[in-house]
Amino acid sequence: MSERTRLAVFLAGAVPLAALLTLALIGLPGSDLPLGDLAGTIAAHAVPERKGTNTVIDVAFDYRALDTLGEEFMVFVAAIGTAVLLRATRADDERSNVEERRELHGDDASELMRWAGGALAPVTVLVGLYVVSHGQLTPGGGFQGGVVLATAFLFVYLSGRRVASGRVNALSLTEAAEAAGAAGFALIGIGGLIFGAVLMENFVDLGSKGSVWSGGTIPLANVAVGIEVAGAFVVILTELLDQLVVGRGARR
Amino acid sequence: MIAVQYATLVLVAVAGTLVVLARDPRRQAVVTGVFGLALSILFFAFQAPDVALSALAVGTVAMPGMILLALAMIAREDEDG
Repeated sequence: MSERTRLAVFLAGAVPLAALLTLALIGLPGSDLPLGDLAGTIAAHAVPERKGTNTVIDVAFDYRALDTLGEEFMVFVAAIGTAVLLRATRADDERSNVEERRELHGDDASELMRWAGGALAPVTVLVGLYVVSHGQLTPGGGFQGGVVLATAFLFVYLSGRRVASGRVNALSLTEAAEAAGAAGFALIGIGGLIFGAVLMENFVDLGSKGSVWSGGTIPLANVAVGIEVAGAFVVILTELLDQLVVGRGARR
Repeated sequence: MIAVQYATLVLVAVAGTLVVLARDPRRQAVVTGVFGLALSILFFAFQAPDVALSALAVGTVAMPGMILLALAMIAREDEDG
């Protein structure tokens, strides 16, 4: 395809898209307008009904929990897809190589990275746990906290410390965590069917407003999602890093 | 809209333009991180702290990290091949 045809094809798509986007943006209500009907209803009822002071999480993990279940499985499938694709491209005999290389990696890290990574990792774990467990009270929740927890793994990796230590295989552990988190959220949803009347119904004692133990199934679902998302991100990152390590080993 | 919100809009526009102007993919990955940070500040200024947290985690850490990893893999394959 010549440069001019490519430009023509690009413009044929881009110009209408830009026009439509501009139209859509002009039609948006201003950020200083009063809340819409639905937002007003949720804002008025969510806290008295569900005791969770963060109404965003009340919506995502209670009123519209089914959507969130779908989102969670999206992350789950993405991680599995990455693992399957990358492992298929790696030959079986390289597998043992990976374990060796992963242990050798410790020599690569500079002194500064060792200190910075080592100092930041525990703080990041703490922040991640806080964000997961306080989703029903303040901004945050399982998805955000889960990604924060996964970055702690990155800090550990960058500081060159061995992630897989002793008999525990860290990767299979994160895979198990990912699956358990995904299953946990689904089970909480089914619990609504068993102990309540409908799927995803909030069947646990709601507690009192403002307490960490408030919102019934909302914090439980957040913990499940936090474990799942952290596991999924670590699986994806480990697979990509292993892929690099295998290549580096082959070159040496 | 208040002045801070206007400022964050300008910041995101500038950061987005810089991502396009940085032609080297590795540089672009890092600038994308800065863009993600600007975006999360914007969400925060527009009273959406939940979205800001997501944008912060995904836009400034996960996405640039994965771009860098992918680039490293491509560079390695080029060397091998």
